[in-house]
Amino acid sequence: MEKIFVLTHVDESGTALAKASLEAVSAAVELAKSFSAELTIGLLGADVAQAAAQLAGAAPKVLAVTGQAFAQPRYATDAAACEALVKAAAPTIVLAPSTARFARVMAGVAHRAGGAIDTHITAVSPSLEATRWFYRQRIEAVVKRERRPWFLLLDAGTHAAYSATGAAPAVEAVAVAAPASRTTVAGTRSPQQGEQTIRPNAKLLFVAGAGWTKKQSDGQVHAADAEKLILGFLHAADASLGSSKSLVDQSGENQATLKFMTHLNQIGQTGATPRHAKGLSTCCHGEEPHVVGWRFVNERRAINLDANCGWARGKADVVYLADAFQVMAKVNELLEK
Amino acid sequence: MPNSFQIVVCSSLVPDPLQTLEPVAGPALKNEMMLPAVLDPWAACSLYEAAALAAAHPGSKVYLVAMAPKAKLQQVMMTVAQKVPFELVALDGPLGGFTDAQSTAAALAEAIAAIPALDRSKLLLFGGWESASRGAGVTLQTAGELLGITEQFQGVDQLTVRDDGQLEVLERVEGGRHQVSLCQGAPAVFGWATGNLAEPRNSPQMGMANMRGITPALMKAKPVKLDANGLSYVSAAVPKQTRETRLVRDMPAEEIAREIVAWMAE
Repeated sequence: MEKIFVLTHVDESGTALAKASLEAVSAAVELAKSFSAELTIGLLGADVAQAAAQLAGAAPKVLAVTGQAFAQPRYATDAAACEALVKAAAPTIVLAPSTARFARVMAGVAHRAGGAIDTHITAVSPSLEATRWFYRQRIEAVVKRERRPWFLLLDAGTHAAYSATGAAPAVEAVAVAAPASRTTVAGTRSPQQGEQTIRPNAKLLFVAGAGWTKKQSDGQVHAADAEKLILGFLHAADASLGSSKSLVDQSGENQATLKFMTHLNQIGQTGATPRHAKGLSTCCHGEEPHVVGWRFVNERRAINLDANCGWARGKADVVYLADAFQVMAKVNELLEK
Repeated sequence: MPNSFQIVVCSSLVPDPLQTLEPVAGPALKNEMMLPAVLDPWAACSLYEAAALAAAHPGSKVYLVAMAPKAKLQQVMMTVAQKVPFELVALDGPLGGFTDAQSTAAALAEAIAAIPALDRSKLLLFGGWESASRGAGVTLQTAGELLGITEQFQGVDQLTVRDDGQLEVLERVEGGRHQVSLCQGAPAVFGWATGNLAEPRNSPQMGMANMRGITPALMKAKPVKLDANGLSYVSAAVPKQTRETRLVRDMPAEEIAREIVAWMAE
C-alpha cells in the first residue's frame, strides 16, 4: 500500500502557497484517489497558518515546519525541514513542485531519506509511471522506480491548481532545530534595470533573435530602434521576452546588443523551456538548439527574411517572410489604437 | 594563501546539439558512440567560471572530473584542453542521459574524495545545474551531500569573492530574478547556469600544456559501472513534432501586422 506525501512551501508573500505547490497538491489528490492511498501534506514556511487554509479538503493530515529560520530559501535549512517532514510522514511516494526553492534541495532530501528521485515530471499515471523529457525536451520517456521513497518533482503548469473546499485543516507541527548554516539570504535582485521582461504567466512569448542587431537593408545597425520596438510590443501585448543564445552572447562579445536582454531571457538548449499558449519569433533562425526550448509553446509564428530558416521546416505554424522592423512597427501601431 | 580555492568541476559529455537523436532499446541513443560529442554546455560554463576564479585567486587549482567512455573523453578533451588550464580526473563510465543521476553522483563523489592532496576546506564543487542529457539537476546536489557539503547553490549566474572572503552568489529564481546569498567561504556547491563569461578562444599552447596531464589521466581512468537504482523505462520516444508550416510571401507589412494582432487576440 503506497503512502503519498506532498511537500509544499509558502511563496514570497509568506501568506499563500506558491501556485506550483497547489498544482502538486492537485496531482497528489488525484493520485491518492486513483488507488485509495493515504495522503499527507507537508508545509514549509515561517508561518503557515494562512497558507494552510488553501489546503482545506485536500488531505486528512497536514504537517508543518515553521519558524523564522525557514522563511527564506536556503539549502541547509530547507533540506533539514523537508527531511524532518518526510521522516514524520514516512511516505513511499513524495510529490513536490519544481519551484526554484524545492528544485535546489529535493535531491539532497531524497538522498538523506534513502530514496530515489526523478525531476521535471510532467505526468504521473495511476499505475505509478512518470513521464519526463530527456535531452532537453527532445526525447519523452516514461519511467518506473522500485525504490522507495520515490521523490517526484513536478514541473509547473502541468496540473490544475488545487481549490480549497471547506474549513482550514488542523496543522500538526514538526519540530526541527535549524541546522548551522554559513549562508545568509540577502533578498532578490532583478538583472534588468527597471524592465521586467520575463513574465512566466503571459499568454504570449516574444522571441527576439540576433537579426535585430545586425546590419539592415540600409547597411546600418539599428539596435536603438530595435529596443524601442521590442519594449513597445512587450508593454502593449503584456508578453514575455525570450531570446536566442546568439543574441544574449553578444553582450559578452562587445557587439551591438539590446540593453534589457540577459542570459535569463535565453530559450533553448542552455536556456529556459517556458510554457506559453503562443509564441512569436522574430529575426531568429529557428535552429534546433533554440527550438527545443519551445517544446511547451503550442501555437508558433515567426517573422524571418529567410524562407529556408528552421521555422519554415516544420517548426512553426506560420512563417511570414518579411522585415521584422517594419512588421513590428505596424503591430505596435495597431496595439496602441 | 588567502582566498585560494580547490575548484572541482564535474561534467559529462553530451551529443552535439545539432545532431538528430533517436532512442533505441535500452533505452540508449542510436549510434551513440558515433555522434559527435561536446562537454555538457552548462558544465562548460562552470569550467570557464572556475578558471576565471582560479586566475583571480593565486594558489587556486581547477580539477575537471569527467565521466564518459574513455575514447569519447579523449576526443572531446582535444578541444576542451585548449580553453582553460585544468587537471583531468577521468572516469571510464557510460555516456548518456538514461543512467541514474544518484548513481552517477556516487561515482563522482568517490572520485573527488580520492583526489590526492585535495584540501576539502577550500573545496568549491562546480558543475552545470542540469545536464543537457538527463537534465535532472540531481547529480551535483547528491555529490555535495555525499561529500558532506550543505552550503549549496543552484542556477548560479554569478559568484563574487569579497575582500573578507565571503562569497556573494546570484542564483536564478522565478520571474527572471536572482536570489542574492552570502556564504562564508568554502566548502560549497555551485550548480551553474550560463554565468557571464563568453567561451574562451582556443589556445594551442594551453592545449599542449593540458594534454601532458590529460593523456596519463585518461590512461589510468577508473572503469565505472552505474547501478540502475530501481529505475526502469516503460518507453522512450521522439514525439511527432513536425508542423504544417504556412509560408507567407509578399504580404505587405500592414496586412501581416493585422493578421498577427488578430491571432494574438484569439
